[in-house]
This record gives sequence, C-alpha cells and structure tokens, in this order.
Amino acid sequence: MDTTAMHIANGIVNGPVSAIFAVFAVVALAFCVRKARADLDDRLAPMAGLVAAFIFAVQMLNFQVLPGVSGHLLGGTLAVILVGPWVGALCVSTVLIVQCLLFADGGLTAIGLNITNMALLGTAAGYLLVVVLLRFLPKTPAGLAATALIASIISVVIASQGFVLEYALGGTTELSLPWVSGTMAGVHLLIGIGEGVIAATTVATVARVRPDLVYALRRFRKPLTVEVGAPA
Amino acid sequence: MSKRLGWFLAGGLLVALLLAGVASSFASGSPDGLDYTAREGCTFNAEGEITGGTCMAQQEGDHQLSGSPLADYGIKGIDNEFLSTGLSGVLGVLITFGIGGGVFWLARRRGRSTAGTTEAGN
Repeated sequence: MDTTAMHIANGIVNGPVSAIFAVFAVVALAFCVRKARADLDDRLAPMAGLVAAFIFAVQMLNFQVLPGVSGHLLGGTLAVILVGPWVGALCVSTVLIVQCLLFADGGLTAIGLNITNMALLGTAAGYLLVVVLLRFLPKTPAGLAATALIASIISVVIASQGFVLEYALGGTTELSLPWVSGTMAGVHLLIGIGEGVIAATTVATVARVRPDLVYALRRFRKPLTVEVGAPA
Repeated sequence: MSKRLGWFLAGGLLVALLLAGVASSFASGSPDGLDYTAREGCTFNAEGEITGGTCMAQQEGDHQLSGSPLADYGIKGIDNEFLSTGLSGVLGVLITFGIGGGVFWLARRRGRSTAGTTEAGN
C-alpha cells in the first residue's frame, strides 16, 4: 500500500478558512447532538456505534476507479438510511475524528473541512434524497437498495463539491476552479457508484435480517401524519 | 438491550473486523479521488516528493500527529505489512465502536420508548 491518506491534508486550504469551517462544524455537530437525542433509544444507540465502526472498516477498502485512481466509501447515505440524519452525521464525524487523531489521516487543521464535506454535506444530501426517493420507491429491501445506490452517487458528488467551495475560498495554490470542480466531480461520480453498490448491499442485507433496525423503514414511512398510535 | 439485538451487533461487528482486519490488505494503493486531484499537475520522485509543476498538494503540510503509533493505518514496530495494516484496522474498528457506541449510549433517551414496537429495551 503506497498511499494511505484519504482525507484533506493540512495546507491545501489556508488557516483562516479552515478555522471558519472548524467553527461551522462544531456548531452544526452541537445542533446534531441536540436533535439526535430524540432518536437515540436503547436500540438505536448501539446500532449507531456499529454503523460508525462499519464505516471505519469500509473506508479502509479503497477500490480502483481508474488506472492510478482509487476511491473509498464516505458513508453518509448508508448512515442516514440505517440510523437517521442526525445520528448519521455524528457517526461519520466519529469516524473522521478517530482517523484524524489516531491514524494521522485528514489534517488536524483540516478536520472542520473534512467534517463539513463528508459528515454534514454528504449526509444532508443523502438524507434529502432518501426521503424523496422513498416516496416513490417501494419500502422493500430492493427498493431500499435502489434508494441507497442513487442517493449515494449524488451525495458523494455533492460532498466533493464541498471541497471545491473550500478550495475556492482558501486554496493555497492557484489552480483553475472549473478544472478542480470538474475533476473532483468526475472521479467522485465513479467513486459514488462504488459507494452506492456497497451501501445498497449493506442496507438491503440489514432490511432482510432486521427490518425493524432500519431507520428509513421505521421513521420515513409516514412522513406526513402527525397522529401517533391512533387506532384506525 | 435485547438478546436478539446483541446477536445482530456481534454479527455486524464481526463483518467489520474481517473487512478492516483482512480485506484491507487487498485494498487499492492508488491515491483516492481527492488525493489524485490534489497531485495532478505536479511531478513526483520515487520518495513521493514534489519535483515540479503546479498542483493543489504543493503547500501540503505533514500531519501534526504523523508520529502516532497507528499513523497511516499501520502499527509502529510491526514490519509485516499484512499484520500491521490488519491489526491497525481491527483496533480502529474496536476503538470507533467503543467511542461511538459509548457516547451514543450515554446520550440516549431513557425511559419510555416511543419508537420501539416489539422490544422493551434494557
């Protein structure tokens, strides 16, 4: 293995912009913690630990997308489907913090940038797409797999453009932004397909074994009803 | 926590441990999408140092914790690459599960469960 760094390193985006995104990430994660508490019960809490551990494991599995280019799972869509948006964002953040502090992957200065792109932007896009897609697709393992595939592809490309924004605001080098944006989008479209296949396989498996543990099947089922438990 | 949930968690954790502990050694060593984009435009020597050109990685700095015992998904002192990568992956999965699961467990909503329909919890 030659290359082991997977996230934004120190020095690619300047200090002030990195600091702004660090503050943004802290505020957003604090908000997620508040919202997550409503979802976290005796079943979801250990499940969330497992989702974080699983994302850590799968992020180590870089797959080839082009000669000389690999990709790995980001995990936002997978997390959102299994444990919901707020807990999902915290799961991906946990992975990024462990990787940064213990595995020296993703610069300490760049932690806010990485959290913003993968834990916040990626999960938010994944969540919105999953909510929309599950209104049309069947709430079966196959429907959930299709949802995971499509949402993963789009959310990974969106997350890659988060980096482009950060680079536009504080890049330490002067490369053409359309080129950076296009290259990032292109390779991440391919990475998104790989991520989508992994996410689809995972959520379909959980939906077959324990459908009651899939957040998207439990909570997104009746998004428009207000009454709970009213006998029909 | 119910026994059934316990079995599911144990199964899931086992899959994660196998992926991080065994499959990780067969992962692609090519730069990932971001790293590839960051290096495009520069030329590199055998040590991976930039020798010329213009690319985003030009000002890239070392990681503040690059001396950590698990840096770069290996274990310092273990020369066998398969063991080093695999063991670091196993440790990473256990640490992530421990920290994540622990924090979520402490932060969980206690008392009546509005979401659970089949299990009583605890």
